[in-house]
Amino acid sequence: MGETIIEKIIRHNTGKAVKPGDIVTVNVDRVMIHDIFIPFVADKFEEMGFQKLWDPDKVVLIYDHLVPASQQDDTRHFHVGDAFAAKYGMKNVHRSDGICHQLMTEAGYVKPGNIVFGTDSHTTTYGCVGAFSSGIGYTEMASILGTGTMWIKVPETIKVVIDGELPENVMSKDIILRLIGDLRADGATYRALEFSGSTIENMSVASRMTMANMAIEAGAKCALFTPDEKTAAYCETELDEFQKSLVGDEDAVYMKTMTYKAEDFVPVMACPSQVDKIRDVSELQGETIDQVFIGSCTNGRLEDLMAAAEVLKGKKVADFVKLIVTPASRKIYRQAIELGILDTLAEAGAIITHPGCGLCCGRTGGILTDGEKVVATNNRNFLGRMGTSKVQIYLASPKTAAACAIAGKIVMPE
Amino acid sequence: MEAFTGKVWVLGDDIDTDIIIPTEYLALKTIDDMKQYGFSPLRPELAGQIQKGDIIVAGKNFGCGSSREQAPEIIKALGVQCVIAKSFARIFFRNSINNGLLLIEQPDLHDNVKEGDEVTVVMNEHVDHNGKQYPIASLPENLMDIIQAGGLVKAMRKLNGLD
Repeated sequence: MGETIIEKIIRHNTGKAVKPGDIVTVNVDRVMIHDIFIPFVADKFEEMGFQKLWDPDKVVLIYDHLVPASQQDDTRHFHVGDAFAAKYGMKNVHRSDGICHQLMTEAGYVKPGNIVFGTDSHTTTYGCVGAFSSGIGYTEMASILGTGTMWIKVPETIKVVIDGELPENVMSKDIILRLIGDLRADGATYRALEFSGSTIENMSVASRMTMANMAIEAGAKCALFTPDEKTAAYCETELDEFQKSLVGDEDAVYMKTMTYKAEDFVPVMACPSQVDKIRDVSELQGETIDQVFIGSCTNGRLEDLMAAAEVLKGKKVADFVKLIVTPASRKIYRQAIELGILDTLAEAGAIITHPGCGLCCGRTGGILTDGEKVVATNNRNFLGRMGTSKVQIYLASPKTAAACAIAGKIVMPE
Repeated sequence: MEAFTGKVWVLGDDIDTDIIIPTEYLALKTIDDMKQYGFSPLRPELAGQIQKGDIIVAGKNFGCGSSREQAPEIIKALGVQCVIAKSFARIFFRNSINNGLLLIEQPDLHDNVKEGDEVTVVMNEHVDHNGKQYPIASLPENLMDIIQAGGLVKAMRKLNGLD
């Protein structure tokens, strides 16, 4: 009997063939904890009575949501994190390098076929390199820190096949938003998504990352892409036989298969305040806006900033619009400087901020008030996410967001 | 069989973790500091109205969104006895079990109950409302083990020979 990608990863990890519904204990390859939750993880770890980490080198601590601190008590999280890292011998600590999900793959902590857990729902991101990664709470993280293991239920898989060439102004963000609209916000709950087809094969790792990042918005446990040459180059590794085998078998059993033609995709937005409320941008044109945010672990990478810069080159951001650009990591920030992208954006009138979560988690850098509208490239438009509960958040691709910033209203990218 | 009764608060579909507790309050020191802000983007008055032993009945995909474990902890701290929903998001489900917040999946109750009604839960069997019984499933064994240990922290303390 054939296997899906997630079934192959779990078999390789546990040494036993599995089927959906089986409850198994896996050995964890890497974990990620971010600044918001480290005090809670540290408390629970000690309350549980553990004396040492199962493997300090497999634990990564990243400060991103609170960097730089915007509220009076935020820096306490750094002190707690630093003390925990020192006490238990952790070396992998990033204090201002960028967003956790960007760093986990960019800094080489995650390899194809790994099993990784993080204290953040967007941990699904690492499926972009063919890793099984998922978000958990801080209590469960504390138990992994002590044991190196975690129980999971083997998920059913939904196969998504996309073939053909995307229209020019359509980005992978438009694909994943459309898919979330079709699945709905709970359509993939407890399930794995598995992507294949020529469109996916031709896509950059960065574009795949955008899609894996947002899989959780349909409730998915993980989202998996087959590792290929681009993955190997990105991860600076050579794929071994196991990693090369991470393809869904012809005779694998899928819960369902969803098939798309790339040519049918159009620029879309998720409308306030649900991620699955998807409309074509062409239907929303003319809606005036107050702010645009280009950044986050969803769309703050070099290709996203480059796409925005192409749209904004030689143009100006509308007078009454604030365009906030937040590179996902320090590495991306520096590359964007070197390539002149940040200069192009600044010339157009963008406000460029430090790398980090920034406005996406609604704590800093562009908080809005009642009645204001923002077009944003991040992953959530929940009520109250970027200010008051009467702020309206529209999620879009970087190209669409940049076009809206120039027009001062919702427009199609050109 | 264990049974309990509670007064119902009714919430809709897709109640996300940003609604249950917005990110801006997550760096407060304790769950007790945070709990007054529970559900504030949707119903600012709700946290002050919930009484110990009340039951939340919600639509589908309750707890979707972030991995913040403060979400189930706050619901528990507000005194909510259990949440009965059409379905739950997976991280929220795990976090609730690990913190000893009881979750029950029931597809039909939400459409027939109104706020202020009383419901009775007969564990692993059914929920009773207005003379009608709504069947519910039993929890898998590994989850019952965690709940019976009193949550994941206690289970780990036992593993480490502390309790």
